[in-house]
Amino acid sequence: MNNIPRPYRVAIVGAGPAAMYAAEQLLEQREFDMEIDLFERLPTPWGLVRAGVAPDHPEKKLVVDRQFAFILNRPQIRFFGNVEIGNHARHSELAEWYDALFYAIGADSDTRLGIPGENELQGCWAAREFVAWYNGHPGYSHLDFDLSGKRAVIVGNGNVALDVARILTLPIETLEKTDIADYALAALRASNIEEVVLLGRRGHLQGAFNNPELEELEHIPGVDIVVDADDLPVANEVVMDGADWATKRKAKTLFRLARKPPTPGNKRIRFRFLSSPVELLGDDRVTQVLVVSNHLVHDENGRLQARVTEEEYLLDTGLVFRAIGYRGTPFPGLPFDDSHGVIENDKGRVVEHGKPVAGVYVTGWIKRGAKGVIGSNKKCARETVSCFFEDIANDRIARSHFSREEIQALLAARQPNLVDKGAWKKIDHHERSAGRLQQRPRIKMTAIDEMLSVARNH
Amino acid sequence: MAYVITAPCVADYSCVEICPVNCISPRPETADFDSAEQLYINPAVCIDCGACVKVCPVLAIYEAGALPDKWKHYAAINQDYFLEAVHE
Repeated sequence: MNNIPRPYRVAIVGAGPAAMYAAEQLLEQREFDMEIDLFERLPTPWGLVRAGVAPDHPEKKLVVDRQFAFILNRPQIRFFGNVEIGNHARHSELAEWYDALFYAIGADSDTRLGIPGENELQGCWAAREFVAWYNGHPGYSHLDFDLSGKRAVIVGNGNVALDVARILTLPIETLEKTDIADYALAALRASNIEEVVLLGRRGHLQGAFNNPELEELEHIPGVDIVVDADDLPVANEVVMDGADWATKRKAKTLFRLARKPPTPGNKRIRFRFLSSPVELLGDDRVTQVLVVSNHLVHDENGRLQARVTEEEYLLDTGLVFRAIGYRGTPFPGLPFDDSHGVIENDKGRVVEHGKPVAGVYVTGWIKRGAKGVIGSNKKCARETVSCFFEDIANDRIARSHFSREEIQALLAARQPNLVDKGAWKKIDHHERSAGRLQQRPRIKMTAIDEMLSVARNH
Repeated sequence: MAYVITAPCVADYSCVEICPVNCISPRPETADFDSAEQLYINPAVCIDCGACVKVCPVLAIYEAGALPDKWKHYAAINQDYFLEAVHE
């Protein structure tokens, strides 16, 4: 009996897609037994599937019920929700408690515009904050967005920018069927926003949106999609020759949209390409954005870059969102690569001063930067986890002397309101039951106290 | 008629792993996977087994004749990908 080695004891920090795919990859093989503890700072798992994916995309959230929930349910996995690493336990402690650590903490921040007015004026937000707010993230539920103006301006035209544009213009009846936070639903019901302008630094062919997200806009009832056709290349034009298939698909959609006549009384999502914000203007609050028109030039690598022209114009708006990319933030105790916004790593092995830190790994956005779709995290986790298995085979993994029970006791003492799997299931059940009465997928609880009282009392 | 991958695709490649005739692209081991917006089924190779439908975590895969209206054009998109994109 004593010859049977105990399972490898692993902690995953985070409970979003990167974490769940890492857990799946760890459990998928039969060579090594695994015991996994999943740490999540919120009482709720699923990361950006819960707090990022737009509420009008319920089909994407099916990944929870069809996949992540099964993974979390595996008996080898414990869930430690409402526990923050860096607060309730330090990285150095986790490193003692476990044989290996996987950080799947995502990208907590975003890229700033770096223009005058951005830091001083109210009414300028990160799209990231608005997204977390309408999705009921407890850390953002107190935010107060002024939707009393007629126009919102979004800097950037990636998928997050498109999410925000849709949420600001969708018919309220559509949103009423979703799991959008109740306070957000009330605020959007009272919203005066009629037009959302998306500023894209480069041209029509360099839009950051994906094709499915762009094409989806054509189907929003009561919303016109306005595309300036002036400099939009047409199918047989020379500039299209170098374009790849996905880009041509985008150009086709934009061309179709550009030719659509507007419907009086409709709301509008307006794409403005070759446009960069120069300055936000206003006294206390932003009232206008100064925008400069760009033209495209080839840089030394042959890539098309935007360069400013002398043509400027003003847009009246009291609500500006920056949506030009998420960024990871430094984590205490781990080496950070500030230029890429990631924890320093090589294929997922954390690297400090050029050497791998034994038994410490990263996966997801904090490893490769904020790009890709939900499933990209699966390939990413496969690479990271295979590094771990290689390190086991090469005897690089030191075994911890802590038992699972000791770890549990330590955590329970430090966080009396620890949310385990059973407690999370109560929260989940409560939200779904409340949703059923209104024919919605769930009604999210948006305050941690409320979640904890449900977890305790049922 | 072949199966078709539609807009909800999150490029989780469970379908690629289960497809008995390797008709789904891009595959995770290829470079173009990392920039892929979605995955595609080659209608010329698909044998209509439906294995991919069951493993898709977001139910993005439909039989071509049963596509919801808003995603009808994805039959052409899946086909075009193999006719045009893969030759780039």
